[in-house]
Amino acid sequence: MSARLAAVVADVGARVVSAVWRIGFASRFFWLMLRHSGTALRRFPLTVREIYFAGVLSLIIIVVSGLFVGMVLGLQGYDTLARYGSAEALGVLVALSLVRELGPVVAALLFASRAGSAITAEIGLMKATEQLDAMEIMAVDPIARVVAPRFWGGVISMPLLAALFSATGIFGGYLVGVVLIGVDAGSFWSQMQAAVDFREDVWNGVIKSIVFGVVVTWIAVFEGYDAPPTAEGVSGATTRTVVTSSLAVLGFDFILTALMFRGV
Amino acid sequence: MSASTATAAGASGENVVEIDDVSFAYDDVRQVLSGISLAIPRGRLVAIMGGSGCGKTTLLRLIGGALRPTRGAVRVFGQLVNRMNQDELYALRRRLGMLFQFGALFTDMSSYDNVAFQMREHTALTEELIRDLVLMKLHAVGLRGAAHLYPAELSGGMARRVALARAIALDPQLMMYDEPFAGLDPISLSVIGQLIRRLNDALGATSIVVTHDVMESLKIVDYIYFIADGRIIAQGTPDEIRASTMPFVHQFVHGEIDGPVAFHYPSRAYRDDILGARA
Repeated sequence: MSARLAAVVADVGARVVSAVWRIGFASRFFWLMLRHSGTALRRFPLTVREIYFAGVLSLIIIVVSGLFVGMVLGLQGYDTLARYGSAEALGVLVALSLVRELGPVVAALLFASRAGSAITAEIGLMKATEQLDAMEIMAVDPIARVVAPRFWGGVISMPLLAALFSATGIFGGYLVGVVLIGVDAGSFWSQMQAAVDFREDVWNGVIKSIVFGVVVTWIAVFEGYDAPPTAEGVSGATTRTVVTSSLAVLGFDFILTALMFRGV
Repeated sequence: MSASTATAAGASGENVVEIDDVSFAYDDVRQVLSGISLAIPRGRLVAIMGGSGCGKTTLLRLIGGALRPTRGAVRVFGQLVNRMNQDELYALRRRLGMLFQFGALFTDMSSYDNVAFQMREHTALTEELIRDLVLMKLHAVGLRGAAHLYPAELSGGMARRVALARAIALDPQLMMYDEPFAGLDPISLSVIGQLIRRLNDALGATSIVVTHDVMESLKIVDYIYFIADGRIIAQGTPDEIRASTMPFVHQFVHGEIDGPVAFHYPSRAYRDDILGARA
């Protein structure tokens, strides 16, 4: 019995130690990536290319999801607000939900599954097919040439995608609330304008999406670079990217919300 | 021919690569190389042969500075590789070219851009000049017409040739080939073999070919080192190797199924395995 208990404790201990090691590796990798970001920023077309792959190619899923989330918010919000006779506050409800929370968070979750997984798979496969080794032997640092541009591409794309998500969401809420149900357009927009504060609401949402962009892309490039160079290794790393970065987004969202909206 | 430490036959002038009593292990359990010494003189085309997993590729990685030996010294162009920092390593690697086993072409770039990669990264040449150079390199491997194709559109042999053009893009002084003949049809195999020989002589370079393809390499190389169990067990010119009576070399060169290298992976007795389970 005691032997089995010792084995369980040893197993838990080994897992904790390996997790701590991994966080250490990831932090060191983050530092290396920042130190070697000169190429990505100096030769900006390299980063622009990654903005295209991570950002532009994610547009469809972001815009369509944003529209539908906004439309559902319009329906649900109207249903609840109408009970209290304040249906004209629908614009406020839709806009605040989106710019503070749903825009950054849902866009980051979609970004993790669409772009994060693609980044991990691409870097992992480049490693498995010795492309990163080939680059090293050609005296070109793969962290500077492959990883850093992808990281910055993701970090720049994320806030833009979150903004688009919120914008199309608000439009979706307008379509359902004003065009379909018949809430007064004037009060929909004017109440929204009056109640949404730029610094308090919009800017905090932007900060959130920048943090999510850093976290998701960091996890994606690290998992790709660290993937065992086999088919299972790359597929496992891709799955881990989506799971870990989604959980990290939710965790960071709670922390950031607690810090930002303390006074509310 | 001897199994002792010596330099490649007919050596003249300085050695481009000197490996002195080098040992290497990935972990505590398995020793990959144990006390290897060899020298590769300028201008020579030298093969390093041995069965799969004998440490040939590890040796190339040690020369390129991707791995550091657990003991001994690796010198390339007279510089001690195992003490170099990253900047010094990168400066050294600009004088090296390497052909990977399956080409390792960048899959998101065309053949043209693959060959142009190092020129764009390391030189300030204009695009017009790069264009001329890339076409010359691709012409040298017979694939000028395939410049616009992506790696996924190339056959295995063509991909290997584009990778070769990429490896010689900056006229390296030392070329390393990791299993250049693996998985090629007989025609592509001869083409790659001839290219390796011709490029070595035309560039005035020095080349190391790591391979287990006996017939093709005996045709093109100047000297051969045999590695088994992490040690150099034989060396000599192609003629000496062909005539060797040493059991391992004989088995390897003639592709015999059984010999010093056993057909069966170590296991308990066959009878015990089959009947033991029923007992």
